[in-house]
Amino acid sequence: MNRAKIRQHVAFSLLGAVTLLIVAPILLVILYVIINGAGTISWEFLTAAPRQGMKAGGIFPAIVGTVLLVIGTMLFSLPLGVLAAIYLVEYASDDLLTRMVKLSVVNLSGIPSIVYGLFGFTLFVLLLHLGTSILAGSLTLAIMSLPVIITASKEALESVPFTYREISLSLGASRWQTVRYCVLPYAIPGVLTGTVLSLSRAAGETAPILFTVAAFYLPRLPHSVFDQAMALPYHLYVISTQVPNIPIEISFATALVLVALVFLMNLVSIILRAHYRKKRLW
Amino acid sequence: MVNEPVIKTVDLNCFFGSLQVLKSINIEIPHNEIIGIIGPANSGKTTFLRALNRLNCLQRTYSQTGEILLDGRDISKIGDNLLRKKIGIIFALPQVLPIPIFDNVAYGPKVHGVTGKETITHIVETALQRAYLWDEVKDRLREPAVRLSGGQQQRLCIARTLAVEPEVILYDEPCSGLDPISTAKVEDAMQQLKQDYTQILVTNNTKQASRVSERCAFFLMGDLVEIGPTKTLFTNPKDKRTDDYITGRFG
Repeated sequence: MNRAKIRQHVAFSLLGAVTLLIVAPILLVILYVIINGAGTISWEFLTAAPRQGMKAGGIFPAIVGTVLLVIGTMLFSLPLGVLAAIYLVEYASDDLLTRMVKLSVVNLSGIPSIVYGLFGFTLFVLLLHLGTSILAGSLTLAIMSLPVIITASKEALESVPFTYREISLSLGASRWQTVRYCVLPYAIPGVLTGTVLSLSRAAGETAPILFTVAAFYLPRLPHSVFDQAMALPYHLYVISTQVPNIPIEISFATALVLVALVFLMNLVSIILRAHYRKKRLW
Repeated sequence: MVNEPVIKTVDLNCFFGSLQVLKSINIEIPHNEIIGIIGPANSGKTTFLRALNRLNCLQRTYSQTGEILLDGRDISKIGDNLLRKKIGIIFALPQVLPIPIFDNVAYGPKVHGVTGKETITHIVETALQRAYLWDEVKDRLREPAVRLSGGQQQRLCIARTLAVEPEVILYDEPCSGLDPISTAKVEDAMQQLKQDYTQILVTNNTKQASRVSERCAFFLMGDLVEIGPTKTLFTNPKDKRTDDYITGRFG
């Protein structure tokens, strides 16, 4: 082998090693959680309410709470985020106001989640009298998710070739028809990716739900959207740090359920994305 | 009024930012004419074409002065959707939507509110026939349009434009990416369409202009240098610049 080939070999090996290094922590975390938590998972753990001060029983109310919060968050943030992105990309003229809106969207995604929690608490819980409720929690999480959804949707819309818009407009279609038939269908995979990404984050956040929805110990299902609810991340925090003498296996099992839930959401998005990609004919 | 021109521009000036790309253009185009527009790059041909159906306005820096009349009516008083329905355009590169062949043609009528499966099927079939494409695609209407060859795609674009029943068809160098045989087919289609439509052909290919058009206009640096019957323009041009261009001394 000559020098150039050896060098190339070394470089490729290095790059490969670095790539492995990125994957390793993720795999280790998941593996660690599975090893420590899988043994505790049982049908009862998944479907029963916690008993004896959370030392026994299951985490069903927390699972339901988190699922409800994710659904609520999606209901508020997805339409709002996608419509805002459509306006910004397809309609807004490039003036000072638009630029300010775009800048604040970018900046919003950098705000710590606890600040969203405090904001949601003052606005939704106190000012709008929604109380500590699933509704207030969903709205808070939705505000937190918006910047990511808007940014991802914007990029998805911008990546649709301009010629499609030109074709449609040149045939006399209206702006909205153009967006509806010639832009949106091709942007959906990107929109979905961004949405699921931000929803997975919302599912795992503790700070925004701390003051707005989460119940410390509520061993029953919520009755309505105005009810408090347990949620997996907060429950995990509580049993790990706030209540003494809870077996660590229960914490890991709870973590495993949360990770599995997020993974499931990602799986759904991957399937949906593949489905829409197949429909795209270029 | 049969003698009234379909399109008439009065003192048309077009700008991109502070750059003036068309200077005081006055043109009258009668019904059922094929008019060729020739000139070197950056002479304003495409801008002229896209001014007619207001596609220039998609560019934020664009502005224009003067009047454009369609059937004697100022186009600034016609809505975008109706104007672009009446004045269709074929772009330089074949541009199809990433949907089946049938849907590409059906898209126009659908956005203009045509409903009914049979009606739309009929429109699509007629349009494809008039664009000389029907025989080649009739058995594969459900296939993605991107699988067609470049020349077929360009005729699909013509069919797509015909399906919304325009009065005027603009061609923006429609054959620049096509081989000679495909070019001939597009030109055949244009000749057939002459009975029913007014056609404006922008082309870099002076030979094509002399083959297809009845009258021809020569644009240079935003000026309309000369306009006249194609034969006269090509054999006995009045302006020296026209002569220089068509004899290949520049451009």
